[in-house]
Amino acid sequence: MSEVVDRVKRIVVDRLGVDEAEVTLEASFKDDLGADSLDVVELVMELEDEFDLEISDEDAEKITTVGEVVNYIQSHT
Amino acid sequence: MFADLSGRTALVTGASRGIGRAIAIALAEAGADVAVNYSGSEAAAADTAAAIEALGRKAVILKANVGKAAEFDEMVKSVLDAFGKLDILVNNAGITRDNLIMRMKEEEFDQVIETNLKGVFNGIKAVTRPMMKQRSGRIINISSVVGAMGNPGQANYVAAKAGVIGLTKSAARELSSRGITVNCIAPGFIETEMTDKLPEDVKGSMMGGIPLARLGKPEDIAAAVRFLASSEASYMTGQTVHVDGGMYM
Repeated sequence: MSEVVDRVKRIVVDRLGVDEAEVTLEASFKDDLGADSLDVVELVMELEDEFDLEISDEDAEKITTVGEVVNYIQSHT
Repeated sequence: MFADLSGRTALVTGASRGIGRAIAIALAEAGADVAVNYSGSEAAAADTAAAIEALGRKAVILKANVGKAAEFDEMVKSVLDAFGKLDILVNNAGITRDNLIMRMKEEEFDQVIETNLKGVFNGIKAVTRPMMKQRSGRIINISSVVGAMGNPGQANYVAAKAGVIGLTKSAARELSSRGITVNCIAPGFIETEMTDKLPEDVKGSMMGGIPLARLGKPEDIAAAVRFLASSEASYMTGQTVHVDGGMYM
């Protein structure tokens, strides 16, 4: 559980160049972490590799916060 | 060597004949391994591949209808399996179904749009993911001088080729931050089987509009592709390079 959160946070910090303290479960990629839509696509691609799963375009569009990513991964792995 | 492509890999659509064949061979001459796409002429594709291998480069032959997204996706996967990466995509495949507007059938319009315009979109979409991951890539789309100037009897072809110029600009803006450049080449009147089929009156009126007063060769286009594919062209994106003897200026 917390392991997933840590791995997601590490990728978000690495990919978006934000401070780890900003990456809360409630943080919105676009509104709080300064990501543009292409950043989110890249993030999804990297998460797919990290967790060895495939996130459909429809599901990817619904993901807006760090917590939603964590929930998605936990319910699909 | 100027425009050296050693260690790069490329996919050229419609590479069995004409301009596509010349592009595939020019990229191999520059040092790239090349995937040769074709839709109909397998023997001609094999011949292009043999010419690439004769230059000491790797070649693979892939049959796909570029107008079908699933076939393009599958083809890109095959290239990645064969070469391990894909640095250069040349969207060259094209068809003609010439007719006057009042005689043009709906399917003649649709077929040309599907292959010549949607085929380019399918290609860009298929390579975006691997190129974004690499943080580098070169996409070169082959438009046409008629896409900039218009041409009677080619409403479908012109609409598609003008569309490619706009598509190139959108893709260039969307992918620029990821190290991927997207450019376009607009060939003029080039000696190929495709232009051989043009009606005599169309040929005659086009010849009169060429300041350099001769037809171009597929190699003229291939040289421009080779440059755009190289690191020397890294500061160019969203552009249309006109290689047409001065027809459009």
